[in-house]
Order: sequence, then structure tokens, then C-alpha cells
Amino acid sequence: MNCAETIREITREHITKNNGVVLCQALTAAGWVGNSVPELPDHPNLIELSIEDTSNGGLAVGYALAGRRPIYICRYQGFMWKNASFFTNYAAKAKEMWGYSVPVFIRAISMEGGIGPVASNSHHGIITRMPGIKVYAPMTPAEYTTGWNYFMEQDGPFYCSEHRRSFKIDYEMPDIVHPQADITLFPISAARLETLEAVKQLEQAGVVCNVSHLVWLKPFAGFEKALELLENSSFGGIIVDTDYENGVSKCIAHDLMMQSSKKVRVLGLEERTAGFAPHLDNLPPSPQKIVETVKKIMKK
Amino acid sequence: MRSAHLGAIPKISQTFTEYESLEIFEKICLCRSFERNAAKAYDEKLVPGFPVYLSLGQEAISAGLSLIFHESIKRFVQHRCHDIYICWDGDIKALRDELLGLPSGCSKGMGGSASIHSPETGLFGHDGLLGTQIPIAVGYALGTNQITLAVMGDAAAEEGYVLGAMGEAVTKKAPVFFVCYDNNLSLLTEIKVRRSWSIVDEAKAKGMPAVDITNDPWLVAHYAKALSKQLPAFLNIRTCRELWHAGSGCDGPPEWNRYELVKKEMAVLGLEKEANKIEKETENFVDSIWNERRN
Repeated sequence: MNCAETIREITREHITKNNGVVLCQALTAAGWVGNSVPELPDHPNLIELSIEDTSNGGLAVGYALAGRRPIYICRYQGFMWKNASFFTNYAAKAKEMWGYSVPVFIRAISMEGGIGPVASNSHHGIITRMPGIKVYAPMTPAEYTTGWNYFMEQDGPFYCSEHRRSFKIDYEMPDIVHPQADITLFPISAARLETLEAVKQLEQAGVVCNVSHLVWLKPFAGFEKALELLENSSFGGIIVDTDYENGVSKCIAHDLMMQSSKKVRVLGLEERTAGFAPHLDNLPPSPQKIVETVKKIMKK
Repeated sequence: MRSAHLGAIPKISQTFTEYESLEIFEKICLCRSFERNAAKAYDEKLVPGFPVYLSLGQEAISAGLSLIFHESIKRFVQHRCHDIYICWDGDIKALRDELLGLPSGCSKGMGGSASIHSPETGLFGHDGLLGTQIPIAVGYALGTNQITLAVMGDAAAEEGYVLGAMGEAVTKKAPVFFVCYDNNLSLLTEIKVRRSWSIVDEAKAKGMPAVDITNDPWLVAHYAKALSKQLPAFLNIRTCRELWHAGSGCDGPPEWNRYELVKKEMAVLGLEKEANKIEKETENFVDSIWNERRN
């Protein structure tokens, strides 16, 4: 199964066996969210929401308090700027503040450019800054399943920073580890695909790259392993993100640098607003940009 | 429009039993004694440096509602909700300790006055952002199909997500009873300065029954019972906040004194003697509870 099919089957089981619910705007109108939701018209646990981004997150929190463990789908991750408040300010705080849990699974879906200011890229950085919420960015079927199982076993809000480009992926992406590397790349979300392309080009140029895929953004899992790879890399590392650089990627880079002797750079969206015209778009780092950055660091 | 008699139904109190009227009055007294003590504790600086939102003057609404909606109903509320906590049998000592910032508080001191939560008694407060409790209440009602009380103030009613959630409640036929404690003030800014529309008209336009009344507790109970059969529904209740938005300050007497009006009505019902006894007993009871923390 590819990732979309994996999500779809997880969702099917959740609504049919767990009495879970799915909440989404335009749920059925746009191909069942890229075929990631089971086509079960009129199923009472598949709930169409109005186009009211500021209150819909609150409905999801209410469903969570009702014990329904909702899956809340935000079709464009940029819409989280309006949707996020209930998850970050209420659900994330509830256990620490008031002693009860708000288990809600937030599917925030990124895509890659092409729609200008609709803000379609990743925006996981706005979520990671709040205490009490988990942030995860899967790209493969196994990663998605792992994240879902984690959500079902714990009791707080879980932010799944998805990417449309993951939907067709039907393979896994293991880390690439060398005993002694020139540099370690730490890609996030769909930037992992660009990074793997860049690594092929860099290898041809004689550059030895580690690749440590970052799936858990908060808490940042695998810190010790990342440190080990970093220390074994002559030229440090680069976080490659699909969000703006002034977000979680710089936080991770900071933490890694504080614990190591190596520099960690950041590559992400440029510090400018995307336009509709292709030449005005603002896309995650291309393989070429990653290659150029590595070569610049290595002065090659 | 605002008055002590808005929507009044003559002799409505006489449609309730003596027991019910005494219960209403006892709850009112309990709330008022608690809030007076809280104000005193605030003045004595026992409250550790955060604002308190006292419900003095608004308690008749909660007393009326709690007569109809019993303990099992989940209540989603915002700041200025001490009366709601008390009227549904919340532990007064835990509320006191919450205001004092103690670990024995109902939210272990984390919520303070603004964010009272007591899930074990069915009370869910807000998160400090005005009105967030309303969409959550609608989601809860849809998720459980249980009658749910969604309480807001007249300022929260202006939040876009409150209006959006009211629409969703109508669309999906959520069993939500919306109540607006309308004291006309956001801090000190009156409704007429803030908006040109009425929340009752807004509720009606969305397709739910909506009524605008004064804070007579018997009238409140009457409409709570009637509208609870046609949910979602909206009840806007004009009331008077006796003290400042936050803290214990007072700018003078309220537009109308509901407490005095209720006492008069108790006398009309032939319950003056019982009311006086309740008034004194609750005062002594609540004073003793607060004095535990003064010694």
C-alpha cells in the first residue's frame, strides 16, 4: 500500500471499529482528500464541516472531550494559521492546566507551491513552539502507521504534518549512515525527496553524505543518533525543511549545535511571500540548491 | 431595552413549588456570600496577584438554570463563572483554594479565576481566549448527542468562531442550549458602542429559537425548560455586573438589584421567614469556609 492507502485504511478502521470521527471541509468534493479517506458516503462518522476555519478546531476539541478521538483534516496546511488556536491553546494545555486529555489527530496537509499566497507549504513551525503537542512529519506508510499507533496509545493532541507528495510513496526511506561523512543532511517532510536526489549528485562529485530523516519534530526524537552522525561529519550538517527557516528547523539546529562541536545550517523556504506566477513561487530547497549549499560549505 | 422586567411573565414565580423557590434562593445566597468573601480576600491580598472575575449580580441566572439542568449536564463556560460552578454543586473549598492559587484548588491553581475547570462535576472553562468554549460545547454535543450548556457573555458573542459554531449547531441539529449572560459590558464598553446588531437576531437568523429576557430566576428557569425541548436554542439574559470587570471595585449601584427583587418576590410567595433564615445560614457557612484560610 502507498501512504494514501495506508491513511485510508487506518481511517476506515477508526470510524468503523473505534467509533472515531473524521472532520473535514469539502471532504467528498475533492477526491476524498487525495484518496486518503474511505469513500463511505453518508457514513455518520465522516463529518463535513462548514467553511468556517476559526471554529472548526473547537468542534474537534469538543468531539475529543466526547471520547471520539477525532481526525481533523486541514486540507491546506497554511489554513492552520486560522485553525490552530484550539489545538495549541486549549488541547495542548488541557492536561497540564486542568488535568484532562484532548486526544485529537490533526492531519495538516502541505502541497508544493503553485497556489501563491494560499500558503500551501508546511507550517509545522507555528505548532512546535507550543508546549503539550506532538508534531510528526511522516512520508512513508510505516512512518504513518507508527505515528497513528502512537496517537492511539497516548492522550494528547497530535499534529501530523503531512505532505501530498507522500501519498503515492509505497516504500520506506531508511537513514544513510557512513562511518565518516563529509556532511549530514537532516531533511524534513517532502524535502527528504529533494535531499535524496541531491545526495546522488553529491556522491557523483565525491561528497560523502549522511542522511538522517527527521520525522519526529516535537519532541525531537533520535537526538543522540543525530549528534553521533553530526560529530562524524567533517563539515557539520544542514536541516532541510519545507517550512520557513525561522521555525522548527532553526530550533533543532540550535539544539544540535549546543550539544556538539559542529555547525548546523538551515535550508527552507525563502524569507519572502510566494506569488502565483511560477517565477514568483517559493518552494522548498531544490536538489540543486542543496548541492550548491553543500559545495559552498565544503568550499568545493 | 435593558430592564429588570424585560420579557417578564406575571406571577411566573407562582408556577414553581416552594421547594424550588427556596432552592433558587439558597443558591443565590451561596453565590453572593462566596463572591463577597472572594472580594474581601482580594482586598486583603490573599489572592496571589492575578485578576478575579466576580459574578456578583449575575447569580440569579445560574440559580434559575440549575433548577432545570441538573448535575449531569456538561457546562462549557468562560471567566466570571464562579456562580455556575457553585450552582451545580461544585466544591466551594476547591473553588476558594483555586482563587488562592493552592494545589488543592479545582485546577490546582493553574486556572485561577479566569479558567475554572472541574470536569468531574461537568464544568469545562475556557482557555483564556474569549468564547472558545462555545465551539467546543457544540463539538461535545455532537459527539455525545447529550444536551449541553454553552455559556457566553455578550462580548464573547461577538467572536467570529462563536457565531460560526452557532451556525454549525443549527446545521447539524446539535442539542446545545446557548445562554448569554448579557451584562452589556466588555470591560466598560457598552454593546451599543461595539456593535449595531443583536445576538438574539443573529441566533434567529441562523434558524434557532431565541428569546431575550431579564435575569429573574423564575423566568430564566421557565424559558430554560421551554427552550430545552427545541434545541439548539438561544437565551439572552440581561443582567447587571455589580463589580468591576476584574477585581473588587465598584462604580456604584447596579441598574437594578436582582437580589432585592428576588427577596421581595420570596415575601410575595410567603417565604420571607425561610428566606431570611437561608440568607443568614449560608452567610455563616461560607464565611466559616473562607475563614479557614485566614487563620
